[in-house]
Amino acid sequence: MHQAAHWEHFEHVADMGVRGFGPTPAEAFSQAALAMTATICEPDSINPRTAVPFELEDDDLDYLLLDWLNALVYEMATRRMLFGRFEVAIEDGQLRATAWGEPVDVARHQPAVEVKGATLTELSVQQIGDQWVAQCVIDV
Amino acid sequence: MDLGKLEKIDENSWRIPQTGAMRVPGVLYGSEALIRAMDDKVHEQLSNVATLPGIVEAAYAMPDAHWGYGFPIGGVAAFDPEQGGIISAGGVGFDISCGVRTLHTGLTPREIIDRQKDLADALFHRIPAGLGSTGAIHLNDAEMDAMLRGGAAWALERGYGVPEDLAHIEENGRMSGADTEQVSALAKKRQRDEMGTLGSGNHYLEVQRVTEIFDETLAAAFGIRLDDIKVSIHCGSRGLGHQIGSEYLKRMAQAAASHGIELPDRELACAPINSDLGQSYLGAMRAGINCALANRQILTHLARGVFGDLFPHARLDLLYDVSHNTCKLEEHRVNGEKRMLHVHRKGATRAFGPGHPALPEPLRPHGQPVLIGGTMGTASYILAGTEEGMTRAWGSACHGAGRSMSRHQATRDYTGRQVQDELAARGILVRSPTQRGIAEEAPGAYKDVADVVWAAHHARLARLVCKVEPMVVIKG
Repeated sequence: MHQAAHWEHFEHVADMGVRGFGPTPAEAFSQAALAMTATICEPDSINPRTAVPFELEDDDLDYLLLDWLNALVYEMATRRMLFGRFEVAIEDGQLRATAWGEPVDVARHQPAVEVKGATLTELSVQQIGDQWVAQCVIDV
Repeated sequence: MDLGKLEKIDENSWRIPQTGAMRVPGVLYGSEALIRAMDDKVHEQLSNVATLPGIVEAAYAMPDAHWGYGFPIGGVAAFDPEQGGIISAGGVGFDISCGVRTLHTGLTPREIIDRQKDLADALFHRIPAGLGSTGAIHLNDAEMDAMLRGGAAWALERGYGVPEDLAHIEENGRMSGADTEQVSALAKKRQRDEMGTLGSGNHYLEVQRVTEIFDETLAAAFGIRLDDIKVSIHCGSRGLGHQIGSEYLKRMAQAAASHGIELPDRELACAPINSDLGQSYLGAMRAGINCALANRQILTHLARGVFGDLFPHARLDLLYDVSHNTCKLEEHRVNGEKRMLHVHRKGATRAFGPGHPALPEPLRPHGQPVLIGGTMGTASYILAGTEEGMTRAWGSACHGAGRSMSRHQATRDYTGRQVQDELAARGILVRSPTQRGIAEEAPGAYKDVADVVWAAHHARLARLVCKVEPMVVIKG
């Protein structure tokens, strides 16, 4: 049976590991992004009212994941936004995505940390059975 | 960590023997209990650092070492550019020049207690803290470059601080060799509104009371007496440093093969110091150091404003400002011979010994103040660099408590309100924009910083001077 797309955190004492699962790399990327948001606040608390587009390119899926998470970190920092919903398409090393979110509302979102960036530690995008798993440690 | 994999050098130092691709051994400092409790990943990461080209003498781990990315946090390693030595973005960390500065106040505990709530509220109001906060200073392109070249000296020229501050900051407040051309437009844009902000996570501003003196002579030399009130600020280079770190980590990983560097793990991403990429990172990282120094200088100015309003006779003179995520070119003795080495300190504090020319005149005979941040419910410590530390770990010591519990586990075990109430009952007022942030930073989620600083003391990396305990904590 096909397992639904989902995400989880994995333990890293100082920082945090994010891991997304999905039937395609694109879905696993989307779930990894959700896992990253969840290190900051409850993803459900974010109102998806503004869409931000992303276009990235790397033939190596690992580095594409790194770029994707870092692009989100950058947009969160410079727009002072949080994102709670993601749509990702990946074709021939080209990533096209939309992230939906809203400006940070400290009282409502209760953000715990600020993500500094995605790291190469435990970075991998691989197919395990019929699932794609996209993961890395992020510096918080 | 399995002690069976280590050779005991003495009670507080342990060796990872040189095997396989390791060019030098690994050396860990800490008591048997600390080493036993240390993550096995430290062993793996330290052994990997020991394989990197141009490493000199040993890869070192401080008593608070834990699993990082590439280098362990609490890792120290020196590289010789003449021997093909490398520089690593992961060996510095994303929060370039993150550090601690401590200020005197001349105030007494009684004065603070009488106005403790007003002080906490005023500091929280004036110091931008937490995710999404912005400073009052917005830099245009020319000012951004001037800040990245000038560091705390730039801040002073703009009216943030007094001239006496600079001598009490590493590099006299201005890291030379910063190359603003090597800092991307994205990194600069990310910093534009973040000058004078504290950040979040484990960053803080604390009002502290000196509760114990361990070394009367050194304390007197540092201007510290029992029951003094100090102010400490822990933060770094904000978005600019994070962006530089992220960008160069990937570039170094992708370019390693072209430099003929075989990485045991790509997280060790690095480039030869004498390569275009190595020099480019060095220039950008030095600009990142200046950003952190300018940031702490502006925060100091804001804190002085608050204290000036509430306590007109307070004098917030700077004791010292240390950085604990850096790579610096320093002269060290190797087998009696002077050599210029690029010393990476990732989660490790520079701790120069007595007589070092980099120290300002009044402090020089005593060694550099080493400022170690604890948790908001326990204590922080001030130590002094030692002569022996210069040869034992390139003049370096620990940097903090280190987490014992993941953030996730901390939110399961604590609530922000509960932590805040418990600390308030003990006379510690915590102000933060976020309850979850307080829960994740609960004192119980950290190792006992006392064990770490005593281990650094017994390992002769630095000498314990005094203990300070928080009265007011502003958390990002």
